[in-house]
Amino acid sequence: MTTKTLTVVRDLLATNKQAAAAIRAELRARGILCVNLLSSPGSGKTTLLEALAERFRGRFRMAVIEGDIETERDAERIRAKGIPAWQITTGGACHLEARMIGKVLGEVPEAIDLLFIENVGNLVCPASYDLGEDLRFVLLSSPEGDDKPAKYPQAFLSADVLVLTKSDLFPVLPFDPARAAAEALSIKPGLEIFTVSALRGDGIDDLAGYLVQALERLRSGRA
Amino acid sequence: MHELSLVASVFEVLEEKAREHGAARVTRVVLKVGVMAGVVPDLLESAFETYKIGTIAETARLEIVVVPVKLRCPDCGGEAVREDTDFSCAGCGSRRVEIVEGRDLVVETIELET
Repeated sequence: MTTKTLTVVRDLLATNKQAAAAIRAELRARGILCVNLLSSPGSGKTTLLEALAERFRGRFRMAVIEGDIETERDAERIRAKGIPAWQITTGGACHLEARMIGKVLGEVPEAIDLLFIENVGNLVCPASYDLGEDLRFVLLSSPEGDDKPAKYPQAFLSADVLVLTKSDLFPVLPFDPARAAAEALSIKPGLEIFTVSALRGDGIDDLAGYLVQALERLRSGRA
Repeated sequence: MHELSLVASVFEVLEEKAREHGAARVTRVVLKVGVMAGVVPDLLESAFETYKIGTIAETARLEIVVVPVKLRCPDCGGEAVREDTDFSCAGCGSRRVEIVEGRDLVVETIELET
């Protein structure tokens, strides 16, 4: 019996990174802007997508991939807006992985401008998994508190855009949007920040405008 | 909280390497875990201890090397390890730093018995 020591150096997230790179290449070739939405449960991801669906109606074509532990509820809400939606139920898994998106991608119609992936509500695990998106949004709703960026730094560090949601509740909650923004910027300088109330429609035009610009950059090869 | 599925990926690597080298047992596994890898070393260890029962690594010892966040500054060229979440350059204060280490989860070394 002999003992042998092997240097392996195998990145365990490599399989996901490769699958994500393939998705990114395919979507860019198809001229589709892909956005991955991260947040804790109940911070308004689906409601934001409903508001964007209204704003883009007749102008830009959206599709949505929904990730949840159980139920088709979110996909049904999106389909009710006339938007194609696929539900991935992870059956307990705390995040989506690129491989799961790859399986659905073939069903996404060619004539789509924007593909949104609504990740499983969780501010921790989804941050470690690239899904092949062009932009990562992290949502922080006012009831969650303005101290969350430093408590969940990886989600904010990995994001391109911070959306402060439920701004209609700012007046009745001890939530300071300036503090949340400053803390997020100290973790990720250059983070784009938007403030919305998806229920009232406040701030949705600005966010929609930003997405349209990102789509144009992608299609002109400047992304 | 997906340590168990990550441990399953570790075992795929162990089984592959044991097969390649005709090994009967895996006796030691060294994992490098970045502090920003989204993984809790204690949970990884519990998952490993549970998963290994009945496998070729049943008697294996797990060693976890925690890798701190290392930043590189494109402005002054400096590199430094950060212990907190202040992602600015320790040398010149620039905020345009890149994270060069501390986000990965790597099977570094394994010890086999043949």
